Amino acid sequence: MAMLEVSGLHKSFGGLRALNNVNLRVDAGSVHAIIGPNGAGKSTLLNCFVGRLIPDTGTVSFNGTSLIGLTPHAINQTGVVRVFQTPEIFGELSLLDNVLIPALAHRDGAYKANLWSRTDGQAKVQDRAEHMLEDVGLASKRHIIANSLSRGDKRRLELAMCLVQEPKLLLLDEPTAGMSRADTNNTIELLQRIGDGTVTKIIIEHDMHVVFSLAEKISVMAQGTVIAEGSPNEIKGDPRVQEAYLGGAHL
Amino acid sequence: MDAIVLQLLNGLDKGGAYALIALGLTLIFGTLGVVNFTHGALFMLGAFCAVSMQMLLRISKQVKDTSVTFFDSYTDVPYLQVWFGDTGLQLINYAVPLSILLAIPLMLLIGVLIERGLIRRFYHRTHADQILVTFGLAIVLQELIKSFFGANPIPSPAPALFAGSANIGAWIGLGDSVSYPWWRMVYFAFSLVVIAVVFAFLQFTTFGMVVRAGMRDRETVGLLGIHIERRFTIVFGIAVVVAGIAGAMYTPIVTPDYRMGMDFLVLSFVVVVVGGMGSLPGAVAAGFLLGILQSFASMNEVKQVIPGIDQIIIYLVAVVILLTRPRGLMGRKGVMED
Amino acid sequence: MAPVSTKEDRLLLLGFAIAVLSGPVLLAPFGAGYPDLLQKFAIFGIFAIGYNILFGLTGYLSFGHAAFLGVGSYTAVWSFKLLTMNVLPAVLLSIVMSGLFALLIGFISLRRSGIYFSILTLAFAQMSYNLAYSVLTPITNGETGLQLTRSDPRLLDAMFSVPVGQGIPSTSLFGVSMIGWSGFYFCAVLLILSFYLALRITRSPFGLMLRAVKSNQNRLKYTGVNTRTYALTAFVISGCYAGLAGALLAVTDPLAGADRMQWTASGEIVLMTILGGAGTLLGPVLGAGIIKYLENIFSAFNHQTLHNFFSFLPDAVEKPVVGVVSLFVGEGWELTLGVMFLVLIVFLPGGLMEGVRRVRLRFFAPPTLRAGSATESGSRAMPGQA
Repeated sequence: MAMLEVSGLHKSFGGLRALNNVNLRVDAGSVHAIIGPNGAGKSTLLNCFVGRLIPDTGTVSFNGTSLIGLTPHAINQTGVVRVFQTPEIFGELSLLDNVLIPALAHRDGAYKANLWSRTDGQAKVQDRAEHMLEDVGLASKRHIIANSLSRGDKRRLELAMCLVQEPKLLLLDEPTAGMSRADTNNTIELLQRIGDGTVTKIIIEHDMHVVFSLAEKISVMAQGTVIAEGSPNEIKGDPRVQEAYLGGAHL
Repeated sequence: MDAIVLQLLNGLDKGGAYALIALGLTLIFGTLGVVNFTHGALFMLGAFCAVSMQMLLRISKQVKDTSVTFFDSYTDVPYLQVWFGDTGLQLINYAVPLSILLAIPLMLLIGVLIERGLIRRFYHRTHADQILVTFGLAIVLQELIKSFFGANPIPSPAPALFAGSANIGAWIGLGDSVSYPWWRMVYFAFSLVVIAVVFAFLQFTTFGMVVRAGMRDRETVGLLGIHIERRFTIVFGIAVVVAGIAGAMYTPIVTPDYRMGMDFLVLSFVVVVVGGMGSLPGAVAAGFLLGILQSFASMNEVKQVIPGIDQIIIYLVAVVILLTRPRGLMGRKGVMED
Repeated sequence: MAPVSTKEDRLLLLGFAIAVLSGPVLLAPFGAGYPDLLQKFAIFGIFAIGYNILFGLTGYLSFGHAAFLGVGSYTAVWSFKLLTMNVLPAVLLSIVMSGLFALLIGFISLRRSGIYFSILTLAFAQMSYNLAYSVLTPITNGETGLQLTRSDPRLLDAMFSVPVGQGIPSTSLFGVSMIGWSGFYFCAVLLILSFYLALRITRSPFGLMLRAVKSNQNRLKYTGVNTRTYALTAFVISGCYAGLAGALLAVTDPLAGADRMQWTASGEIVLMTILGGAGTLLGPVLGAGIIKYLENIFSAFNHQTLHNFFSFLPDAVEKPVVGVVSLFVGEGWELTLGVMFLVLIVFLPGGLMEGVRRVRLRFFAPPTLRAGSATESGSRAMPGQA
């Protein structure tokens, strides 16, 4: 059963064809990676999913609902949650607050004029936030200001923030970019653990180790189209993929 | 038709002032990335340079009035007249244009001091902080002027040669009813010259090229090994000088008053926004456009239809532009967009 | 940074209430113990608290709030003229009117953020001022300002047969005149209530969302939050506070003038909030109090008082000293304000509460906490701290 269906997507910037008839099908509960050399159009594609760009033609359908033209917060409310390339967190606030905010947004929706009750009195939400921090291993630092975390910890915090919203679809934009080997392995382990089977994940990545550790299905993009699709083993041996990445040399 | 031509002309000198202030604002914002709320006060400082020049040239001494014989009577005679006779009087007459000679070095000094002492600490702080500190500085400058010159406006007249009005109508065959003060035409021409000089500087010198490149893409310029922050002081200085001489020459048109800075500042920001933040031609074009627009809005016929329109037209235009096309008429996409 | 407990908040509120109500006594030694001045402290304290909910929490810098102050004043005076001298309807109507006005302006201005938003609010404020000054004179009476007269209809009063005395009646709360000390206590109670509301908002989920807007608005959008609606709500709330302040100005002195809406008045409220410490609870009130105090005390100095003050110095030194100091007092007190503001922004942008926090940390905190705080990025106080 398809969770996300993209069909006939086109996007041009002036004379540049960023997306050229992209078709994609992501099944529910699966981990689907999108890879490709720089300039392939991966980020453009992602931006069409999250409401940052409006494609020229084509459809993006999530569980039957079209995502095109929706504002970012509306898209989030449908269950599509985005993890940014550089961890985007609320730097000046504490870790607990960082996770509380998405938890509250998940419960109350886009807006609630909840100005009289106390945040620390919202027991259920507080519990969920604390559990999430424990899950990612940051519970001991819950009152620390988020900006003082390391890059790896910020990534973990961001994942906690995304997961506390019980997403149906998680969009990960190069989640291990700029990370050390240790941090990368930690992130892989975390991503394997969480939401196994219940959360659909789309991962855009360059690091092949990450891709092959996590992905059940891989789509390869080059120059704005999907040039190959299949299981990790199929992709490894696919000559077109090798061509696109390495210009013909063997992997 | 007469009225339209008149309003068109009327808008030009005001537009010139707006354009010059907006030019400086855009230079500072585009190059330094700083939102400068002090700029109006700098315009005002320039105006008071002219006032100071007037006072300076008129320093007088007591001379016995020989025409009165009953008792000893003294009149004040300016030293310049005492020493140089008629030439001295002419110097006093031309106080306003001469004040440019005073304004340029003085404003340059002030600009350098402000940039070195204050602005440079704020390059990496938020726009809100920049607004706040330049706003505070504007208040300080304004109050200092008030302390030294008093709270009342001090007239600073144009040279006698330009004091009257020209019969423009006669020139373009529209009859005698269209007349326009000479000095305002002089100001318009002056503003065009200054704008041309600034643009020429930016276009034809290496320094100017670096500045233009920095306005386009600061990061790349840095990566090319060009230490752009060293240029900032000079750019800031230029912007300040432009504002200063604009203010000095404007004094015959609007009597200098310690509060004039803020009125011009608000309008100039509106101009910058309409023209497009980061666009120099946009700032100039929008300045003239809004000056003329304001002129038309103050026509009696227009005011009868929509009373009070002249007071609010510029703000209305700004609101509309900000809502429909936030990058302004000529702004670059992506500069300060939401 | 552990969250603040309910018990701590109750203590804070209690302490604040006591300090405000005993203001006359506490401030008498500073020459500030008279009703007019204390009323101003309370009124501008209310204005600043409201402004802080917008600027301190969401980070949106509005230069147009004086317009809401003006609307509040005008509405109150019209209520005194048309309905009754009772202050309650005036206050309530002012809050509603300025709230509506804020809704209109906020709706348009918040379509942009950052400096565009600030310029939009400035443009609207100037427009409002110009309109009040010239075009809307039937409502605002332009330069002269709106005043009470004996012949005002005062329909509600007539309905309830409130007695009409000689001269222009004074504002009252169900018979208690609002001139003098009773006026101050009315304002003081409202100040305490305003503070309490701001406290609740800051501690609420709504307040947390506002702080998230300031911290990373982009992230917040992608977290499913309609940030514009939150910002607009904060804008309207702060507009209502401003309207209340404007109404109280009219309650204590039934006159409404256009100059209240000038951009300089907006600038003043920014100053107060920042001076005290934007984002803190006590900061804005502190800032408002200090600036109003300086305005009244400093501006009362003149050459003579300075001479008396410095008379202990030898003549040769006294003259230049008086000369320099006189620049900063009397007529020149706004210069002091500007300089103070500059120094503050450059060296202590977190305002006085930030200064207090740093002093506390340096001299009163255990060594471990000091070491820990060295890793805290940024030197500002956490929003929501006292």
